[in-house]
Amino acid sequence: MCTSFLGELMSAQHQFGASTITSRTSLTSPTGDTFKAALYLASATVNASTTAYSATNEVSGTGYTAGGVTVTTATTPTATNSSATAGVGFVTPSASITYTTVTLATAFDAVLIYNSTQSNKAVSVHTFGSQTITAGTFTLTMPSNTTSTALLRLATT
Amino acid sequence: MLVTTTKGDMDDSLLEKREGTVDNDNEFTTWVEYWQGDELVHRSAHVTLKKPPTFAGGVAASIA
Repeated sequence: MCTSFLGELMSAQHQFGASTITSRTSLTSPTGDTFKAALYLASATVNASTTAYSATNEVSGTGYTAGGVTVTTATTPTATNSSATAGVGFVTPSASITYTTVTLATAFDAVLIYNSTQSNKAVSVHTFGSQTITAGTFTLTMPSNTTSTALLRLATT
Repeated sequence: MLVTTTKGDMDDSLLEKREGTVDNDNEFTTWVEYWQGDELVHRSAHVTLKKPPTFAGGVAASIA
């Protein structure tokens, strides 16, 4: 998880799931934030210190638009107690992230989730085995939305 | 079945199909390739992440 994201949560700069009355856009017609997923080359350095989306070392190729694709976050974040003194809040995108009919000839191995509504601020980076795609589809399915495997988890200890 | 390739849609009967999987602690990945002779004309992959990022310890983020 990107470290900057942790601090931004404390100032309510990100909103996952369905919009609520606390959304910043409007108190009467609230909207949720739009999150996107950008792919990065195996040679790129994207990690916990990444603070925002950048096109540097992002993949490029036929069918791929810089900035990546929109992440579906229809699932409302959940919080649950694991004991009398501890608990965890968690959320996972509600659908797979799909890049359809693309050619990405240079190997890539990371995806950056970021908030395009909030100045492209970084949320998290996820790595996987190096891939290339040729006139095909790249699909990224998120972990199950549970207290132990959800994509984003905040736990008290 | 028609397959999207670098040369347009082609019937898979004209192509050699190769498939594979990667299964480790981080991901379960399947990939499929179609070859025309010695030329790769299609490759797709599906990565299923098994766990969230753990840049610092085993928990994505903790609040003491």
